[in-house]
Amino acid sequence: MPCSELRLMEVCGTHTMAIARAGLKSLLPEGVELVSGPGCPVCVTPPEVIDAALDLAMRPGVVIATYGDMVRVPGSRRGDSLARRRAMGARVMVVYSPMDAVDWAESHPGSEVVFLGVGFETTAPGTAASLLEAAGRGVRNFSVFSMLKRVEPALRALTALEGFNIQGFLCPGHVATIIGAEGFRFLPEEYGLPAVVAGFEPEDILLAVSRLISLVRAGRAELENLYGRAVKAEGNPPALEEMRRVFVPAGDSWRGLGEIDASGLALRAEFAEYDAVRKFGVEIPAAGGETACRCGEVITGRMTPVGCPLFGTACTPEDPVGPCMVSSEGSCAAAYKYEGV
Amino acid sequence: MDEIITLDYGSGGKKTSRLIESEILSRFSNPALGELGDGAILPGAEKIVFSTDSFVVSPLFFPGGDIGKLAVCGTVNDIAMCGGEAKYLSLSLIIEEGLERSALSRILDSIRAAAESARVQVVTGDTKVVERGRGDGVYINTAGIGFLRRAGLTPGAMRDGDAVLISGTAGDHGAAVMLARGGLIDDSSGAVKSDCAALNGLVDALFASGAEIRCLRDPTRGGAATTLCEFAGSSGLGIEIEERDIPVSPAVAAACSLLGLDPLYCANEGKLLCVTSQETAHAALEAMRAHPLGRDAAVIGRVSAAAKGRVILRTAAGGGRVLHKLAGAQLPRIC
Repeated sequence: MPCSELRLMEVCGTHTMAIARAGLKSLLPEGVELVSGPGCPVCVTPPEVIDAALDLAMRPGVVIATYGDMVRVPGSRRGDSLARRRAMGARVMVVYSPMDAVDWAESHPGSEVVFLGVGFETTAPGTAASLLEAAGRGVRNFSVFSMLKRVEPALRALTALEGFNIQGFLCPGHVATIIGAEGFRFLPEEYGLPAVVAGFEPEDILLAVSRLISLVRAGRAELENLYGRAVKAEGNPPALEEMRRVFVPAGDSWRGLGEIDASGLALRAEFAEYDAVRKFGVEIPAAGGETACRCGEVITGRMTPVGCPLFGTACTPEDPVGPCMVSSEGSCAAAYKYEGV
Repeated sequence: MDEIITLDYGSGGKKTSRLIESEILSRFSNPALGELGDGAILPGAEKIVFSTDSFVVSPLFFPGGDIGKLAVCGTVNDIAMCGGEAKYLSLSLIIEEGLERSALSRILDSIRAAAESARVQVVTGDTKVVERGRGDGVYINTAGIGFLRRAGLTPGAMRDGDAVLISGTAGDHGAAVMLARGGLIDDSSGAVKSDCAALNGLVDALFASGAEIRCLRDPTRGGAATTLCEFAGSSGLGIEIEERDIPVSPAVAAACSLLGLDPLYCANEGKLLCVTSQETAHAALEAMRAHPLGRDAAVIGRVSAAAKGRVILRTAAGGGRVLHKLAGAQLPRIC
């Protein structure tokens, strides 16, 4: 296959950032293109779900605990975000771990702490562990708003999109530490697409890209794990077990991909009292109409960040229209912050 | 949607610049302010440098320093970067009801020690107490007056081919405060510490080296990247930086990698960036390295007209990218 037809996709926001930060695109052989897929958990969360979280932040007594990534992500209204709600009086706490939110809730019984559970299988076990910890310690003023997502159903949906044109996948090292390299075997076996699990140092990524190019050129649809120092074939069984104890796969909505069966992680019924959606009767508003924001196409690799008419003009990290421009793992943020030369 | 002030406006990056331009400069236009330096050189009294800074750090005590030391060093450094030597400080305390008296004493002891070490006197001040919940323990403002020792230090003096130097490791203060705030890492080894220090002695050493110094700036909020962008933007010339030449301590690099922060955008409180002529860069480098606060000094790049007002980073992996000013406060990431 001639080089000019080679499009490889990374599906991890940390890869996207690492690639941009090290300026790796300027080192690729001519014709080889690295395309960002739905790897940024904040970016794939639809705006109406963000809106619901923003509204929840305004309820009396509620304290939102969140990873820093979510703070500036806009909802469907431009300029609206947790940062803005915080400036308006909402209580928003940035935490490094959901366990910090449990501790805080325990020492502040008068508040209702809602942790925004965002992420893929990487963060789901930690979220599950914190919830089990809260349950074990009887911390009843802690709950989780689960926006957690599963990678596999999204990748399957992606390959079914019209005009899907990717020849190989750079698989997410972090997710793979949990679900195992084997979690990506369906890519070569069912879709004939080479898949290489990669780490996050520039050398890891270049090695994986080089390996993918060789596999594609040789016509070999295979799975390789080049991040063996962290990723096992079977992943992390105890973490998977905690995740399964607390969460159950459920249909979920993705920006750019729409509704996908079993692609989300909902809290099991036995943990209903820790489910912020049930506890507070959170209503997810209906999806809004079309906007000028093309995040959905960017997330699915159908448009490059600079291909979006808003990129760098109407949409900047200081005044973002879509999440891709502001999430620390967003491909537009990467393209803007680490503009190539 | 009505614009309101969020924390991002205080991050020292683009939003801060925009706020200053649209709300401050539009109302208070004069030649001294228009320079937008770290301090003002007063027209009619050109030997006097005047600067002010407010300190709102949380926690009040962090590895390597505290808000008191910061309040002295910050203003002394602003004056030093203008080519001045700070002599007199004002000290204003806005104390939140409930602050422990012993904490206040520690902070004031720290202010005294820092002032003695930097050879400045606290000559005037003010004290206010606000209701509990309306402050963060204590806020401090200092203003300083100093005497100009070297005029004309401005990015406008940069020339194509000049050398860009940093006086030591990047990002120490920002990383230390972030770790202290989050309690994420129990850094009992003390490897990540604020670099908070008064730089007037280091600037003395630079002046004494005979190097042709074009401009100086201490890369505080927004970090080294933001300051380099300010140099490039206000000179119209560009800057090319070699990532592998930028000193970053291994502990700060590891902490930043864990938190998803970039050391180049983390604040420094005891470092300076310096542009010198290419011919005299070595003299400047040697002078800094001979000083205790400049042991890890390095030449990190050069001024390049070809870069056209941009800062271009050559990454350690061999790629290239453009550095921008910090877009908003750095936030720790998901994973």
